Amino acid sequence: MSKWDRLKAVPMPKQPPHVRIRNFDEVALGYNEEQALIESERCLQCVNPQCVLGCPVEIDIPAFIKLLRDGKFREAILKIKEKNNLPAICGRVCPQEDQCQKNCLLGKRGDPVQIGRLERFLADWEREHGVEIPERLPSTCKRVAVIGAGPAGLTVAGDLAKLGHEVVIFESLHEPGGVLTYGIPEFRLPKRIVQAEINYIKKLGVTIKTDTLIGRLYTIPELLKDEGFDAVFIGTGAGPPIFMGISGENLSGIYSANEFLIRVNLMRSYLFPKWDTPIKIGDRVAVIGAGNVAMDAARCAIRLGAKEVHIVYRRSRAEMPARKEEIENAEEESVIFDILTLPVAYYGDERGWVRRMECIRMQLTEPDEIGRRRPVPIPGSNFTMNMDTVIVAIGRRSNPLIQQTTPGLKVNEDGTIVVDENMRTSIEGVYAGGDIVTGEATVISAMGAGRKAAKSIHEYLMRKKY
Amino acid sequence: MYKIVEKREIAPRIKFLKVFVPEIAKKAQPGQFVILRVDERGERFPLTLADWNKEDGTITLVFLEVGVSTRKLGELGKNGVILDILGPLGNPTEVRNYGVVCVVGGGVGIAAAYPIARALKEAGNKVVSIIGARTAELLIFEEEMMRFSDEFYVSTDDGTKGYKGFVSDVLKILIKKGHRFDLIYAVGPAVMMRAVAEVTRPYKVKTVVSLNPIMVDGMGMCGACRVTVGGKTRFACVDGPEFDAHDVDFGELIRRQMAFLSEEKMALECWEANKRSKEA
Repeated sequence: MSKWDRLKAVPMPKQPPHVRIRNFDEVALGYNEEQALIESERCLQCVNPQCVLGCPVEIDIPAFIKLLRDGKFREAILKIKEKNNLPAICGRVCPQEDQCQKNCLLGKRGDPVQIGRLERFLADWEREHGVEIPERLPSTCKRVAVIGAGPAGLTVAGDLAKLGHEVVIFESLHEPGGVLTYGIPEFRLPKRIVQAEINYIKKLGVTIKTDTLIGRLYTIPELLKDEGFDAVFIGTGAGPPIFMGISGENLSGIYSANEFLIRVNLMRSYLFPKWDTPIKIGDRVAVIGAGNVAMDAARCAIRLGAKEVHIVYRRSRAEMPARKEEIENAEEESVIFDILTLPVAYYGDERGWVRRMECIRMQLTEPDEIGRRRPVPIPGSNFTMNMDTVIVAIGRRSNPLIQQTTPGLKVNEDGTIVVDENMRTSIEGVYAGGDIVTGEATVISAMGAGRKAAKSIHEYLMRKKY
Repeated sequence: MYKIVEKREIAPRIKFLKVFVPEIAKKAQPGQFVILRVDERGERFPLTLADWNKEDGTITLVFLEVGVSTRKLGELGKNGVILDILGPLGNPTEVRNYGVVCVVGGGVGIAAAYPIARALKEAGNKVVSIIGARTAELLIFEEEMMRFSDEFYVSTDDGTKGYKGFVSDVLKILIKKGHRFDLIYAVGPAVMMRAVAEVTRPYKVKTVVSLNPIMVDGMGMCGACRVTVGGKTRFACVDGPEFDAHDVDFGELIRRQMAFLSEEKMALECWEANKRSKEA
């Protein structure tokens, strides 16, 4: 290590691009002990730490970094876990650059402290050295049903179990984890990490029932009336994928990002035919959209052997919603960015398989009063590209099943569930949080909502006031 | 983990399983389906419920062994376990007294048609059933269907039993002979459902089909099962599986069903090779 520089972050060791595009192993390898200690030395230990204000679950960041710096790794991870049940996940997928690290004083003159990487280091250290299970409070004999084993549901469940409540999570898929399992690829978030974090939640006393679709097998009124639950938390996440509704979109070879990622991640189709679920990838792949999901899909496509993968995005680079880190990773892996480009139609062959994509060039308007630049088509700029696989990653709507089967549950026009500042819905004892409330957002914001809901549910159960 | 309590081969390559899943048995309604995953490495795939019993807590699955997943399922014996069963899924059939209803079942789809015929009969309809298969030995659920039918017709493609031809041909003859139906309900292979739709279209008889596209999650998350109905994209798993036959783009459905044909073939070859080497 060269001369120590407080303004320079210790770089994250990564698999080199030419190697990692041939495997699904984790790209970022994580700090070793020495790297973590050097990075932790950079923290200024501010008296008024701004980083904490940027954390949706309010981790005492300076305190855990201080403990880490002093070599007290066990104490440091427990400090994180006071607020966050899933640190190995957050350390990997949180957009720290827009949250805690954005507020770091060092960031004004150099690199902010790499809080996420330190969090990940501690979580990984703990997993290797044995996870301590905190003692639960004595049983309250109250039962809570949590719908959905994603980031929001797992957080609510963990928090409430620690407080002595009996918690059952109902998960519709065959594996818990929600988007952590079916959505985020192995190379960004290894499934063994997700499983370890879920095991921790189970060890806190939480029961997870997979293959259970609430709305069909039980409705929420049934959970409260017949199944003996005192409260319900709805954390069902985002639902059906959005398509553009353009000509040819139902040709074979056009997947929603959801379908593509579910096949690859949840069903392990990158291991086909050892695993049974197939995925078909052509030589030329277009991914429509430029969020994190689009980057994940593009990078999966590269690994599955596509010769050319394009990100097709109607706005410019500056507006791309994906994390900068993920855009860079995609670029390093030779993903091509077609910005200011909008698909208008798809054309297929005689077997109904997509072959060509017609696009139109876009330009951005001058900023309006709120500073937004709208993309508008440039008339007559249509052109076609040959593509044999298309992945549509332009977002998802709200899952409607719970709303349809729960009389009296107030929902917004877009199908999201209405809650107050304490995550209470319009029905007594029923709470909601995560994407089903906010629309598509981040893992950590869902966890923040879960944390808040847990607090509110606990108060309700102990005082029975709504 | 769901235990198989009864297993039979009811026709060549067609298996009948009763599985203990009391929660689903309690909630199931006609027209609904389940998603299964046989083992850890298995695919998720849908099967329409052929029956269910609230008392003994079982559901009945009937399927034709075609690819790896159904072969694996077919290999499980009595007391074997299916790793995952999710359901009941999809919107139930709209069961009410329509008057005279024709229920058309083709191939393994006859088993899926059975609970619908029964429910329609119990709702007071006059039920006319037409069931068909490629050949006589592939005909299933004849007695069950007969029991809930006021009139009952059989066809086979090769004429080994009943009318020689397709179920849609029988339907056409009945309509031409003056049968008046208030509703036609068809379930079977997509080509058969398309043929039924074309027979009834000129007569403007309301015709409902239960679609069977490729599905992955089965709960509206992935969109693999999207079908064009009346010019609009719908998800068969949550918007269906039943749709007005006259609005369905069957050509697209059939093309989409074949999207993974070469992969399915390859997977089956690998699985069979593995099985042979294990046995050797």
